[in-house]
Amino acid sequence: MSGGVDSAVAAAFAAEAGHDVTGVHLALSRNPQTYRTGARGCCTLEDSRDARRAADVIGIPFYVWDMAERFHEDVVDDFVAEYAAGRTPNPCLRCNEKIKFAAVLDRAVALGFDAVVTGHHARLDEGVLRRSVDIGKDQSYVLAVLNRDQLSRAMFPLGGITKEQVREEAAKRGLGVADKPDSHDICFIADGDTKGFLAERIGAKTGDIVDSATGEVLGSHDGAFAYTVGQRHGLGLTRPAADGRPRYVLSITPVSNTVTVGPREELEVTVVHADKPVWTSGTARTEPVECVVQLRAHGETHAAVLVATEDGLTAHLRTPARGVAAGQALVAYLPDADGDIVLASATISGSARD
Amino acid sequence: MLPAALDAYVTAAGHLGNASALHAHGRGARRLVEEARESVAADLGCRPSEVIFTGGGTESDNLAVKGMFWGRRDADPRRRRVIVSEIEHHAVLDAADWLGRHEGAVIDRLPVDGRGRINADVLAGILRESADEVALITAMWANNEVGTLQPISEMSALSAEYGVPLHTDAIQAIGQVPVDFTASGATALTVTGHKLGGPAGVGALLLGRDVPVTPILHGGGQERDVRSGTLDVPGIVAFATALHIAVTEQDALARRLTVLRDDLIARVREAVPCAVLNGCTEARLPGNAHFSFPGCEGDAILMLLDAAGIQAATGSACNAGVAQPSHVLLAMGATGDTASSTLRFSLGHTSTAEDVDALVAALPTAVERARAAAAT
Repeated sequence: MSGGVDSAVAAAFAAEAGHDVTGVHLALSRNPQTYRTGARGCCTLEDSRDARRAADVIGIPFYVWDMAERFHEDVVDDFVAEYAAGRTPNPCLRCNEKIKFAAVLDRAVALGFDAVVTGHHARLDEGVLRRSVDIGKDQSYVLAVLNRDQLSRAMFPLGGITKEQVREEAAKRGLGVADKPDSHDICFIADGDTKGFLAERIGAKTGDIVDSATGEVLGSHDGAFAYTVGQRHGLGLTRPAADGRPRYVLSITPVSNTVTVGPREELEVTVVHADKPVWTSGTARTEPVECVVQLRAHGETHAAVLVATEDGLTAHLRTPARGVAAGQALVAYLPDADGDIVLASATISGSARD
Repeated sequence: MLPAALDAYVTAAGHLGNASALHAHGRGARRLVEEARESVAADLGCRPSEVIFTGGGTESDNLAVKGMFWGRRDADPRRRRVIVSEIEHHAVLDAADWLGRHEGAVIDRLPVDGRGRINADVLAGILRESADEVALITAMWANNEVGTLQPISEMSALSAEYGVPLHTDAIQAIGQVPVDFTASGATALTVTGHKLGGPAGVGALLLGRDVPVTPILHGGGQERDVRSGTLDVPGIVAFATALHIAVTEQDALARRLTVLRDDLIARVREAVPCAVLNGCTEARLPGNAHFSFPGCEGDAILMLLDAAGIQAATGSACNAGVAQPSHVLLAMGATGDTASSTLRFSLGHTSTAEDVDALVAALPTAVERARAAAAT
């Protein structure tokens, strides 16, 4: 129970369904004092109080579990290391994979609980994970990393209703968080300044911004970690390109601390390689599969043929994708009239044009 | 709250009147307060004028530690040292640390032995070397976590010998062991209502009349000019009622709880052989049993027992609600893991043999699961 409306309503639904439910709030900051004044994220003392109040109203016991050490090792340190390596991580996905459905789930099972219930917007039925009915709020992308065992002990009671309906259900039950604003930021970066957070941990280091066609040095940057593939704004280039068109970040090379920029069409890729695959059903597909793939959180989907490789997955896209960043997840869905079904997830390692 | 205290509260709350007002209603309220003050004084062995009503234990501790520090330092600027035992409640520890950070106080920590008992020889050593520089000594009567009774008479003898005031937080002791302020030789003593079956938010500081104390709260000076604020008449009346019952019944309760507590300890050890009893076997509060469960986290056992209807306590929690390793266990020489593996079982006037049966029935499974959880 983060202190937000989704987990509060999920807890209420689970309790009303007759389960023996205990509310758990995760303390994820090593020093909650530092988050005392933070209005963002989900680690503030105010959020912990909101979660407690929701549990009171629902009428379930409530405890705070200290997961700060695990969270720092598995999510925060990983986040920094991925950026330092020139990749673009998704910390919410990592938190689901390593904390909520690993550290928390393992502890809960050891203590005698059967499952972890969360307020994620996704549908899960008999091991089949689908997008939420609320496509705009769908979170299946950050849950697709969960393997079959993890999903067998997960419950997502909110997948069948929209966010608006969640708020209505909260209001109906007198939950004070019914109209609490959504959180959008990375919860462990209290001030929302991701660039500053990374600079503090990785260290500012001047490098070149290079033209992809000519190799010419166009400008300099204070740290390649501050750039993401596909980024157009904030490059700080003073000279326009010869053809007058905007330039985009095409790649980041941490070893030489180089950011390579070029025209929009060079961002287009049609082949995406990914490693560390998770097949939701537990069984890898040996034949190529017609599916759609999503290549970043809330990103568009592309029709594709998915092929299992020796150490991962390759997606051959039917339409080119732009801004495909290593470190993000490739999630493959099987289109379905009752909601697209998650087939597999893997971490993007590279991309190319046919 | 004890039914009698609750009745006293409700009756007093029905009367209108500010105890500082001069009209008839005010005098009526004042009379209730003064009768309560006399009752408290009679029950704790002091004069009515030595009773300062406060908003509870934290306020009393802060008033004693900060107020006596300021009072003594202002009389002689050399007196900047505050001698504090390592096992004090945070209301004392944090008040002293604050003086260290903001008021130039020098904090001397009195260590405890492995049973959680303060070493009075260390106190004697500090006073022998530098009594002139000491503003005050503060040491609790009995520890709130492991229940160890402290050598108050040894410390008050040293306090008298060197002319250094001694404050004692006796919140845990009153109602469990005999407490007499005058006989104890302490200069100031903290007591609070909610540990006695009285209301929370009302307590007192017993304070010798000639002790210079600088107030924390300034205003109307209602309590001897040491503490300001409109008096909580119903709270004070209920507090005095509960205190009177607790003191009157202390001996009988202590006898009953000692038997029950010893039974609890024996049966917990039998049911969970790895359990380690912390604290002192003899000099212990009758209602206290405190264990470590090696390889477990205390808060996991707490949660499982809570689900079984048994309410136990870990040390303390931070603002976010995360259980913290007990500073008392750490002071007793425990490692961080051991200090996080503890659980306190407190017995009081409502505790029965059936309660102990229920605990012993639920505990082995809870410990087993908590151990499995800690291994994940």
